[in-house]
Amino acid sequence: MRASVIVFPGSNCDRDAAVALEAATGRPPAMVWHGDSVIPQSDLIVLPGGFSYGDYLRSGAMAAHSPVMREVAARARAGTPVLGICNGFQVLTEAGLLPGVLMRNSTLKFICKDVYLRVERNDSIYTRHYEQGAVVRFPIAHKDGSYFADEETLARLEGEGLVAFRYSGPQGEITDEANPNGSRNNIAGVYNETGTVLGLMPHPERLADATLGGTDGAKMFASLVEALH
Amino acid sequence: MSGAARAAKGAQGITEAIIAEHGLSPEEYKLLLEGLGREPSLTELGIFSVMWSEHCSYKSSKVWLKKLPTTGPQVIQGPGENAGVVSLGDGQAAVFKMESHNHPSYIEPYQGAATGVGGIMRDVFTMGARPIANMNALRFGAPDHPKTRHLVAGVVSGIGDYGNCMGVPTVGGETNFDARYNDNILVNAMCVGLVDANRIFKSAARGVGLPVVYVGSKTGRDGIHGATMASAEFDEASEEKRPTVQVGDPFTEKLLLEACLELMAEDAIVAIQDMGAAGLTSSSVEMADKGGVGIELELDRVPTREEGMTAYEMMLSESQERMLMVIKPEAERTAERVFKKWGLDFAVIGYTTDTGRLVVRHRGMVEADIPLGALAHQAPVYERPWTAKPAPAAVDPREVPAPNSVFQALQALIACPALCSRRWIWEQYDHMVMADTVQRPGGDAAVVRVHGTGKSLAISCDVTPRYCAADPREGAKQAVAECFRNLSAVGADPLAITDCMNFGNPERPEIMGEFAEAVEGMADACSVLAFPVVSGNVSLYNETNGVAIPPTPAVGGVGLIPDGAPMARLALPRDGDILLLLGAEAGHLGQSLYQEMMTGRTEGAPPPVDLVQEKAAGELVRDLIRLGAVSAVHDVSDGGLLVAIAEMALAGGRGVGLEPAPDNLPAHAIWFGEDQARYVVAAAPDKADAIHKAAALAKVPVRLIGRVGGDALTLPGEAPLPLAALKAAHEDWLPHFMSHG
Repeated sequence: MRASVIVFPGSNCDRDAAVALEAATGRPPAMVWHGDSVIPQSDLIVLPGGFSYGDYLRSGAMAAHSPVMREVAARARAGTPVLGICNGFQVLTEAGLLPGVLMRNSTLKFICKDVYLRVERNDSIYTRHYEQGAVVRFPIAHKDGSYFADEETLARLEGEGLVAFRYSGPQGEITDEANPNGSRNNIAGVYNETGTVLGLMPHPERLADATLGGTDGAKMFASLVEALH
Repeated sequence: MSGAARAAKGAQGITEAIIAEHGLSPEEYKLLLEGLGREPSLTELGIFSVMWSEHCSYKSSKVWLKKLPTTGPQVIQGPGENAGVVSLGDGQAAVFKMESHNHPSYIEPYQGAATGVGGIMRDVFTMGARPIANMNALRFGAPDHPKTRHLVAGVVSGIGDYGNCMGVPTVGGETNFDARYNDNILVNAMCVGLVDANRIFKSAARGVGLPVVYVGSKTGRDGIHGATMASAEFDEASEEKRPTVQVGDPFTEKLLLEACLELMAEDAIVAIQDMGAAGLTSSSVEMADKGGVGIELELDRVPTREEGMTAYEMMLSESQERMLMVIKPEAERTAERVFKKWGLDFAVIGYTTDTGRLVVRHRGMVEADIPLGALAHQAPVYERPWTAKPAPAAVDPREVPAPNSVFQALQALIACPALCSRRWIWEQYDHMVMADTVQRPGGDAAVVRVHGTGKSLAISCDVTPRYCAADPREGAKQAVAECFRNLSAVGADPLAITDCMNFGNPERPEIMGEFAEAVEGMADACSVLAFPVVSGNVSLYNETNGVAIPPTPAVGGVGLIPDGAPMARLALPRDGDILLLLGAEAGHLGQSLYQEMMTGRTEGAPPPVDLVQEKAAGELVRDLIRLGAVSAVHDVSDGGLLVAIAEMALAGGRGVGLEPAPDNLPAHAIWFGEDQARYVVAAAPDKADAIHKAAALAKVPVRLIGRVGGDALTLPGEAPLPLAALKAAHEDWLPHFMSHG
């Protein structure tokens, strides 16, 4: 699997994503600078976490208009898988590649902690190594992670099975207590209609190494490697 | 018009009032006249005032700081550069420093704390290092003081937003609440970076005719006289100083970090200095003075964000996220390309000269022309008078009341502001970014991997202000010892410390006495523990209307866990283990949190620090960890033995069946005494012999204190204390306090 990681000014999880990708694929991904309009041939494009352009407008809003995003959008429409993690998820929603928007956490504070997620589908290229309904532990680290979409969009996401992960309790229970940021329907990550674009606020790349305290994230990269060779 | 003529013309307006406003005493002004050889212009007066401020010149502390041990085989760079450097072996080095941002954080907590974090990270990457971990040591006023909640919220959010955006994990720290900080909070920020030992950048600008390059943000009017503000006491009017607090832009700093590291990989930079306190003035003076050259600045070329800035304002601005570099002439194009790539301002604003003078030109005029020596090494140095505080008497533990119930006392203690969980704070810090945090906040020390290797760095910040207030010498010793202990408790070899010396007004002999005694105590501890000081910062005048903070010599230590060596945690990992106490028990309750809870006061002598015992116990614990003989380790500090055990139980989610306290001392002195040089370790029962033998060799006493298992703490004669109740007590106080304005 050949992966490319897009680096915006202010990206800061680009190295973390690269380390997890290299561990899964055995080769370092291409790091693509935001000012470049050419992305190398890639089986997977990753938009990493961070604070692109300082997130001084809305989180992800500036990056969504950077030169490289035109190419990312074209590749996504042509079927190339695109994974947006944290700020990358915010960029994908701002760029219109995923529905909804990420708003300020209901606590109004930055939150960094491990959370439990329920894997809503295990038939996607991102989740085939998880059990259906499995509960996994990923860290979150964000201030603007409250997923919001209007009722119609939510109904469509739910109806078409486009919710990828939900914040849950340790047994998979979907409760308000398990929802760290006020996301609608406890949504932590969503797919596009084809299941090839995934955005999620939690960080799979941060728990993909046993010495860091967990490997639940590694299965996402392993799934991708298997699905995309 | 010559510089001297122009300056002489400018001098006509310098009145005694203007001199006083600049924080210079009449004697210092006389020294200025001698150094300059004539009357200064206003710009020159401003330059002298910031360079000679306590904050920049260390004029009251310099003679004392020389007493601190600063060398060792591990030390690559001691005090005097932007940060200290220690070797990690394999050609790698750790760069670190702690610095205060106290005054600005009280006036404007969010921006004050944020820019403190930004400043300390700049100090580290100026040396060529990539910052890999931030820590902080925070002191707030009493919880019931009306400003405390606002200050905690602002400081924590400012620290978080800056570090989070930079993508550098904030991995831990410490927080105290004490009424003596009501009007002077302390915000001490520490940063640790990683560098190749042969790629360290310094600030001496050697060579004449080299371009002086300005990079980073544009210069504005913010922060003018910040260094002078940080060198004066507060009074009722202090809040009017809000305009002297700088405004942080972590995004620009992130770009500056990446751009600097990118350029540092080229052979371009001769010298580099961040523009921190006293901005363009101190960075240019320090680089030129250290390099033994002169420097000429053309201020018309300085990128500004406001119209009509004067030379005075530009030289004194403390706008953030700026760097000054002296580069090789042939590298100008390369440097410009790198900084333009990152969208940062880049301007050649001057040249090094052979005159030994700082010459500042603006709009065709010479605004300043000063011999560098007068600003730097001829700055005033004071041997201020000092008086020692009589050492308080030790407290007889029998005179401190016993509790009705040991467990009730524990439950109250572990919920008190001094001991309750800091989760509310550190969950607002991204402590995992960079994906190398192997021990998260909440343990004895934070641990981060040296990226791509099997080595790790342990980091801890420590000081116990109430001990220092009672006995500055013993308290400072204890700060170093506790840091040594925290690093040892995770299995790290302590390497070196940075210090942040927070005190009141040094012009008062009793405060100067606190400082002198603290330095001597610290020097003792550093020397016996082979734990030298490689960088640091002094923050004086932390007082308001004549009331000073308790002496607070904060210590930030770094230790190394070698490649492949095990790391210990405090969480009890399994049932069936035994718990052992390593170290001697004397039941010291003076200045203890138990004493404060029972009597409403802290009195008497703090627990004495036996440095030889500290060293022996630390080495023993590290050996036991390396041998795989222990399954969990925790140092015993605030709150004493029972609090340490409770913290291990809570972290592991496992109960402990406790042995009764030995009867040679009152039970409450055993459970809550804060005797130093002690650790609690958990171990499989079959390891007990080996531990006893190793401890006997190290001359460290060992006592069996309990067995791991169940979901409660139990002790004969006490109702079992369920972990759930203990956890609620421990976790609830801070979030509840912060949400109930």
